[in-house]
Amino acid sequence: MSLSYNRICLVGNPNTGKSSLFNQLTGLQQHIGNFPGVTVEKKVGICTLKNGQQIELIDLPGTYSLIPQSEDERVVYELLANEGHPERPQQIICVIDVSNLERNLLLFTQLYDQNWPLTVALTMTDYLNQSDLQSIQAKLETSFPDVRFVAVNPRIGDGIDLLKETLITTTAVLDRVKFGEMAIKDLLSNNVLQRRDAQSRYRRIALLLGDWNPKGSASQKKTTISNWDRFLVHPIYGYLLLLALLLVIFQVVFQVASYPMDWIDGAFGELAQIVKNQLPEGPFTNLITDGIIPGIGGVMVFIPQITLLFFFLAMLEESGYMARIVFITDRILRPFGLSGRSVIPLVSSAACAIPGVMAARSIPNYKDKLITIFVAPLMSCSARIPVYTVLIALVIPSVHWGPFNVQGLVLFALYGLGLITALMAALVMKFVIRAKDPNFLLMEMPMYRWPRWSQVSISIWNKVKVFVLDAGKVILAISILLWGLASYGPSQRMENALREIHTHDHDWSESELEKAEANARLENSYIGIMGKTIEPAIAPLGYDWKIGIALITSFAAREVFVGSMATIYSVNSDGEEDSGLLDKMRAETTETGEPRYNLATGLSLMVFYAYAMQCMATLAVVRRETNSWKWPILQLFAMGALAYLGAWFTYTIFQ
Amino acid sequence: MIDQGLNDYPNGTPLIVTSVADNLLGAKLTEMGIVEGKKMRVLYRAPFGCPLAIDMGDHVLSLRKAEARLIMVASI
Ligand SMILES: Nc1nc2c(ncn2[C@@H]2O[C@H](COP(=O)(O)OP(=O)(O)OP(=O)(O)O)[C@@H](O)[C@H]2O)c(=O)[nH]1
Repeated sequence: MSLSYNRICLVGNPNTGKSSLFNQLTGLQQHIGNFPGVTVEKKVGICTLKNGQQIELIDLPGTYSLIPQSEDERVVYELLANEGHPERPQQIICVIDVSNLERNLLLFTQLYDQNWPLTVALTMTDYLNQSDLQSIQAKLETSFPDVRFVAVNPRIGDGIDLLKETLITTTAVLDRVKFGEMAIKDLLSNNVLQRRDAQSRYRRIALLLGDWNPKGSASQKKTTISNWDRFLVHPIYGYLLLLALLLVIFQVVFQVASYPMDWIDGAFGELAQIVKNQLPEGPFTNLITDGIIPGIGGVMVFIPQITLLFFFLAMLEESGYMARIVFITDRILRPFGLSGRSVIPLVSSAACAIPGVMAARSIPNYKDKLITIFVAPLMSCSARIPVYTVLIALVIPSVHWGPFNVQGLVLFALYGLGLITALMAALVMKFVIRAKDPNFLLMEMPMYRWPRWSQVSISIWNKVKVFVLDAGKVILAISILLWGLASYGPSQRMENALREIHTHDHDWSESELEKAEANARLENSYIGIMGKTIEPAIAPLGYDWKIGIALITSFAAREVFVGSMATIYSVNSDGEEDSGLLDKMRAETTETGEPRYNLATGLSLMVFYAYAMQCMATLAVVRRETNSWKWPILQLFAMGALAYLGAWFTYTIFQ
Repeated sequence: MIDQGLNDYPNGTPLIVTSVADNLLGAKLTEMGIVEGKKMRVLYRAPFGCPLAIDMGDHVLSLRKAEARLIMVASI
């Protein structure tokens, strides 16, 4: 009988080669989304069969059992065990790692008992010799007559055509004798029964396998694992190696990425200039050249960091070393409510929180994942450095304490403040967030393997696509909004201010005039007005309305602080030379004639920038990764409150 | 041989599982293939003995001390 199927799910244990198989079957025809209402990634692809028929393939998260114990596994359970599910597939491909047959068969027998039309892709067949493979395939085929078994090697693409051919037709599900003793639904909230059922399945699996005992594969696997792990999880070398590796990752995301980021920045600046010259002057041109083009540039500028971090992440995952990182860091991070999987996201966030938050997606436990995403933006990212540099130059004297320059020490302390606060915040959240699931490690230590470029590049490509298409929209919208608010104000007020400049008698040069106009625009824009309105609220932190304006514009990105300050003080903001700005800021006084930027205000601002969630791009990414607005908004307010209190406290102490 | 928790044995001792705790995590461990009669040995441990990596025959599984406590084993 030949039936046509249009939706097929890939199901299997973690590390069985499921993603490789998915990529082999779909190529670049894949799309990453979210399962509704959860933080679980949904990979959907189109697979074209030999007869031209197209099927939708869904790659489900790896799971050891249908009975769910995590958010990922609940998705699998809902889709495969809930008969009313709207996206219920017509057929399942179960991926089974033959070098690990017993445990892989548990999930298979559960699916079998659910009466699913099943095709099994046997992977890791290269670890068996031909006769062992044939005998086990024959055994399985006789035990499960209405299931087709196809040997594949998704790593090199063997057997994929045969698998596709098999998918064209399907044999009807026969009247199956259940393999397990109990129905899945009865096991759900009863761990005694759940255990008994698993025991009985393993007993039957052992009977089924009988005397099948492949030569070589297991011992060969273990020897290679132990040989490598002797160094890689060694209590001294293991940590030194990890430290060195984290340093390299940090340096690359921090330093190497800055070159392409500068090119992108420059290219979009030039593009805006070219367009400006082509189009007639007017508000529409301004929208394009000052709002939309820089907005798109502001999205694109993150691509180098995302690409580089996910290059490392994919290499770590593919090679098998990621599990070792988790293994040696789990005990250290556990007390803070984080897991070994939080290491890469946090280290990356010390360069930029965007790829860091995106990397947290791979944490299986919901609570661990949320805590990591929540605290990652507290790590001191590279966008804070220009702000810190200006403030330190402004209020910290360049003197030496022993061999240390005090300015350098302050910068170091700010990094430390970020890290310590992140860990403390994680600790607090550990007690606040309700755990949905028991927290356990139970992770397989995979074989070490050479990463394959195709897998790594597909993974990078997917991440970049997700960022640009999903988070990019929000970033673009907010940046255009911010630009609008900073460029327009109540028209009467704006005109008056501009007229004021021109009516005055002065011998200003062209560029001085331009600066004065920019200043008048910003001060009388909606953001300018907001800055003035919040002055009473920020006065206790030692800030005036000018700082207020810079705080609001910084929401686009922290480093905007410097540019806004330059506009407010009508000086050049070419970045390289801040001395003009520094002089002006030093000369600024309060109503009582004291310098505005004294030590207390400077430190208070540093603490504010260390804590405040002034990065809409991060917010957009958190929304995308948590699949809700709740978390980014909570983060905005929690970090805002922390920034306010911290800055107030600092100001009060040093004043 | 008396039954003891997995945590009580040094690395490398050949062990056999005698029982697994009757709770949620115990059920999870059972699903991962830790059933009575299963032969295993501890391969290596992270500092402070947590987590530990166990040789399950055809694969290596890592788990925390708290999880290993639920597994009763005897040496063989
Ligand atoms: N030797 C061999 N290696 C394979 C085979 N299939 C996959 N691999 C490798 O096994 C590793 C894991 O493969 P993935 O495709 O990431 O497995 P997965 O099941 O998606 O794993 P998770 O993403 O962790 O759930 C990769 O390094 C693959 O290259 C195979 O048939 N033989």
